Amino acid sequence: MPPAHTPPALTPPRSEAGYHMADLAQATTDPNAAASGAYRTRGQMFWREFRRNRGALVGTAMLTILVGMVVFAPFVTRYGPIDPNYGARFAPPSTEHWFGTDRTGRDIFTRVVYGGRISLLVGLVAVGISASFGTLLGLVSGFYGGWLDNVIMRFMDFVLAMPGILLAITIVFALGPSLTNVMIAVGIASMPQYARVVRASVLSTKQLPYVEAARANGAGDASVMGRHILPNVFAPVLVLATLGLGSAVLSVAALSFLGLGAAPPTPEWGLLISDGRGVLRRSWWVATFPGLAIMVTVLAVNLIGDGLRDAMDPRLRGQV
Amino acid sequence: MIGYIVNRTLAAVVVVFGVSSLVFFMLHLLPGDAVTIMLSEFGASAREEAELREQLGLNDPILVQYSRFLVNAVQGDFGTSLFSRRPVLPQIFEQLPKTIELAVAATLVGVLFGAFFGISAAIRRNTWWDSISMIISLLALSMPNFWLGLIFIFVFALNLGWFPVQGSDTLWHVVLPALALGLSFAGLLARLFRSAMLEVLGQDYVRTARAKGVAERSVINRHALKNALIPVITVVGINFGFLLGGSVIIEIVFARQGIGDVIIKAIFAHDFYLVQGGIIVTAVLFVLVNLIVDLTYGLIDPRISYA
Repeated sequence: MPPAHTPPALTPPRSEAGYHMADLAQATTDPNAAASGAYRTRGQMFWREFRRNRGALVGTAMLTILVGMVVFAPFVTRYGPIDPNYGARFAPPSTEHWFGTDRTGRDIFTRVVYGGRISLLVGLVAVGISASFGTLLGLVSGFYGGWLDNVIMRFMDFVLAMPGILLAITIVFALGPSLTNVMIAVGIASMPQYARVVRASVLSTKQLPYVEAARANGAGDASVMGRHILPNVFAPVLVLATLGLGSAVLSVAALSFLGLGAAPPTPEWGLLISDGRGVLRRSWWVATFPGLAIMVTVLAVNLIGDGLRDAMDPRLRGQV
Repeated sequence: MIGYIVNRTLAAVVVVFGVSSLVFFMLHLLPGDAVTIMLSEFGASAREEAELREQLGLNDPILVQYSRFLVNAVQGDFGTSLFSRRPVLPQIFEQLPKTIELAVAATLVGVLFGAFFGISAAIRRNTWWDSISMIISLLALSMPNFWLGLIFIFVFALNLGWFPVQGSDTLWHVVLPALALGLSFAGLLARLFRSAMLEVLGQDYVRTARAKGVAERSVINRHALKNALIPVITVVGINFGFLLGGSVIIEIVFARQGIGDVIIKAIFAHDFYLVQGGIIVTAVLFVLVNLIVDLTYGLIDPRISYA
């Protein structure tokens, strides 16, 4: 698992983070953004920047191919992911079995492709959990301030003060090992990053004249938050979520590898690596290819995330 | 200065308290209390369950349990292991040095490789070396460390026989685990070193140094590098904690002793108090490391005031 990038509780003075984010919000806050014309130009600007980034394009192509293979898995391979073939146990990679076979003769390539369905889906749901709840908490915290802000952000500090994988292990231990619980655990463990970024962005946005104008027009709390403030946190949240997908895939695989996630014979990537661990000496391919699949996926996602960050706002560099 | 140290230390104490409470409530409020977790394997009767629950005081209101937990924890009592029948804390402390050894070694790997690739990439900005270094860094960041560990075992231990396959007896045993754990960290650091160097190299005082004819080597070593180190040191400190977390998995891969090994084995043995103690000790260690980084930060960067 790559280490999380956000410093935990003790390090950054909050005011400093607020200052940077104020800059950021100024840059992304355009009072006329609601006008459709402005959006289109901004979209075009974004695309122009993104297109220039060779890494991001390569990442997008890689991810597109991966997702295509995973979605159309039955057309990509002629084997089933859990069909044993005892005549072909531990077959090395060949034209027949591209990635070889495992101890019951199951085709590793097939298992890796079908495993992508699980690993990508679980990663996406985990990111969905952390991004939505983190954003909500940051929004409420920054908007209302006061004791509510204090309670939420202290809680986030405590969550951040634990290494993410350890927190996830704790939650899985309490809930019981399963893929669903791993998803929840990984989701909760990365929530604070979103909460912090969104809160800082809200703090600087809520004082801007157009928000006051909305208020003067009689907009309620929910409307101000949802329609006027939320759009401004879109860029940092999207960048965080993209980079977060990479680490979520890694964390989920790690927990399954430890035996806390997917149960056999599910073709989950971490579990596949764990399968290969015992037979490393005689059949290196069993563990190697699922790991490569994880690496390629995470690499693609990271390339896209870097590109998104640079295209949306270079000032996010070093913060997200 | 004294005020700053006191402030930071108090803040760390609050975080330690908060994290311990968080772990306590997560483990006690979520479905499945200590007894269901401990006995789920053994098919205990309802009466046995009830007896154990009474014995451990799990029938008391949660706040009573919590205050008892706090009072005991402050005295270093985190309960007794279900299986070894020994207090939890000494058991954890016995294993702690191995984990710290691994985390320190992994940090060294990260800093050495990260500095090499990051700094050389910044100096040769926009060359093929810059691109290659950054691709390697991103690859390192994208690899599952437990998988990298297995690959290292296969290549360097099983086939080449250069290193022991598993165990943690000698310093020789720490090399492969430290590489597996430290290389993704190196990827992160290389990117950071590069951007910190580039920023410093664009500063006025670097231009001045160059203008007055200082040799390029000296510009890099004396003017740029020192200042580029500042943001990197914070990240190294913070990530030391994450390496503690990451060592959980690497210890399993290499069958090393250590706190991760304790926690994971305890999880599968349903040894509730050992898991709780192990997690809290690791989290507290993490907070302590961050406190130390915070306190030394000012020593490195004189621009930071202790106001």
